[in-house]
Amino acid sequence: MTTDLKYLFEPKGVIVTGVSSHPGKFGFVALHNILSCGYVGKVFAIGREEATVLEQKVTTSLDSIPANEAELMILCTPVGVNEELIRKAAEKGIKAVFCAAGGYSETGEEGLKAEKRLVDLTSELGLVLAGPNGQGIVSPHAGLCAQIVAPYAPKGHIGVVSQSGNFVSSFLNYANQTGIGISRSVSAGNAAATEIIDFLEWFAVDPLTEVALCYLEGLEKGRDFFERVKEITKKMPVVLVKGGITVGGQRAAASHTGSLASDSKIFEGMARQTGITRTPDIESAFEVAATFATQPLPNGPRVLVLTTAGGWGVVTADAISQSSELVLTPLPNDLKETINKLLPPRWSKNNPIDFAGGETRDTIPELLSIASSHPEIDSIIQLGLGIQGNTANLVSTGKFYPEHGLERIVNFHERQEKRYAEASIEASLTSGKPVLVASELAATQPNNPMVKTIRDANRLCYTSANRAVSALNHLVRYSSWRNQSN
Amino acid sequence: MEEPRLKVATYSREGWEFLMTTVSESESRLIVENAGIPVSKWKVANNPDEALNAAREIGFPNALKLNGSSIAHKTEQGFVKLNLKTESDFLTAVKDLQKNDIQDSNLLITEMLSGSREVIAGMVRDPQFGPCVMFGFGGISAEAIADVEFRLAPISSYDARDLISSLKTSDLLKEFRGEEALNIDATIDLLVRLGDLAKDERIMSIDLNPLIIVDGLPVAADALVELENEMS
Repeated sequence: MTTDLKYLFEPKGVIVTGVSSHPGKFGFVALHNILSCGYVGKVFAIGREEATVLEQKVTTSLDSIPANEAELMILCTPVGVNEELIRKAAEKGIKAVFCAAGGYSETGEEGLKAEKRLVDLTSELGLVLAGPNGQGIVSPHAGLCAQIVAPYAPKGHIGVVSQSGNFVSSFLNYANQTGIGISRSVSAGNAAATEIIDFLEWFAVDPLTEVALCYLEGLEKGRDFFERVKEITKKMPVVLVKGGITVGGQRAAASHTGSLASDSKIFEGMARQTGITRTPDIESAFEVAATFATQPLPNGPRVLVLTTAGGWGVVTADAISQSSELVLTPLPNDLKETINKLLPPRWSKNNPIDFAGGETRDTIPELLSIASSHPEIDSIIQLGLGIQGNTANLVSTGKFYPEHGLERIVNFHERQEKRYAEASIEASLTSGKPVLVASELAATQPNNPMVKTIRDANRLCYTSANRAVSALNHLVRYSSWRNQSN
Repeated sequence: MEEPRLKVATYSREGWEFLMTTVSESESRLIVENAGIPVSKWKVANNPDEALNAAREIGFPNALKLNGSSIAHKTEQGFVKLNLKTESDFLTAVKDLQKNDIQDSNLLITEMLSGSREVIAGMVRDPQFGPCVMFGFGGISAEAIADVEFRLAPISSYDARDLISSLKTSDLLKEFRGEEALNIDATIDLLVRLGDLAKDERIMSIDLNPLIIVDGLPVAADALVELENEMS
């Protein structure tokens, strides 16, 4: 059964413990982040000394806090005092505890005992326990940044859960860079009571989360994870990076099959079987999750590549041919005839559709619309946009600008780029198919009007065609898995 | 019941411990054959006369093996005579094998399958993930190359198809030097059945090593089943 974790992510009030006036201490940082990122609920601070910190009154005891005003407590206090704090907070109507404090099982035998007591106590009191030894919770739709580190993140629909707090920060950094936001994030810490799989299960029923993004290290209950995750992936994509090897016992050596088995082999098989989208690194994991969050699922593997010039198309066609799922579909005849009417005879007449510089100001939007609505095309990769914006950038910063008619041409180029980007978005929304735009300008010139328009629409502009191909490949694989599983 | 000979203690994180018994090849063959998995033609014989009759029935060339629960790894111990082409070859092989004084053993006569490509399949109980199905490339190079993949049992036909296509060297299963491509549907069927065998909790592991591809169809040329030891 899914544990209800809403009090972690949407509490009506928050208590922070361990607050002092020292800006380097966890309690201070957590309080700062909660207050400054715009949390709308009530905030209470508990510290060793009565004080005012960050314009917030700090009291020394939970006694002074009104009942039923706070639902979440962030523990930034040492092991020795936390159990008493939890008991008192429960009396005040707390529903969930995030224990940021360390000193538990990660430190050894004594810590392990303390962690067990923490689990038993919260279980006895009916409280959700996350952590201990975790960096916190971010829930942008609730304005909540209950974290002892940076960053905050924009609102979106990616649910992040990680066994390593640092990777929560990494994912959130990418969210800030790309503008593709998150719904919730949590570092599971020692995951003493609430485990990665519990968070994933809750994300699957959370209306704000459309895709889960997960970093996983140890896995102690492999079969349990398998049984539960395959129900989650039926509802929502799970993008996962697996670090290290799983903890397992020795296998029977007498069987040949057993001698060939390894944790990583079995985990990989389990991941494919359960429709988990597995990527080798954090950066591609975010990019794939962001693609799930911003593009519709493709109905099939047939990709069409549109390009304004040759080289991009060739490299992209190669990448598609080498991918495991995608098909560089032959150009349907009726589409070929339509394009013959739009472009001079030197166009490629095949997939990729290479305009060979023969386009007019309306060709790109027209082609995007026609191609995306064609029933034999499942998705589109658009290349070679941003060139006019790049020209506009050079001209508008050059010494002749704005004379010699340059202002007018710069405006034209910029308008066109915006139009192209809008056309790619429109084509995707109208057809319900993925349309991915790739250009290195996404990294090299983030203010290019094409790049900016896509970003402002909360979509990704991929920094290379290969990355767009890789992300699309994951979407097609998941889509196919999900169709057969439901 | 025969006294089981090969006992393997295993140990997992949870601390459970049990003993396993390897059953004879003929019993192993029965177990997988009853599950609908194709195995090469075989017969058991208790003396040279029975053996010769069995060999005639199966045809030549054939293979002769000592059969018993204590001799699971026959090839390593020289208890296998392959590719016996004539009756006299066969009878010489019978005499040779009977020199080994192995308790509770008899003779197993099997068809020699013709096909140049081998694959392997198996089932094993992983202490962490539970029963798993394995499929990959066989032959003596199997352990060096180790192009094998696992899925958690039971598996669907979708899983089985994905397993086969996810092998790095799956191109080797296509049409090859005049031999038919591996029949994917038949292989899927075999792997699904292998996974279903894990529902019988007494079965701890199964090795089908090798499966020879005969006219595109995978057929087990050897089978080895380990059961949980009921006496433990």
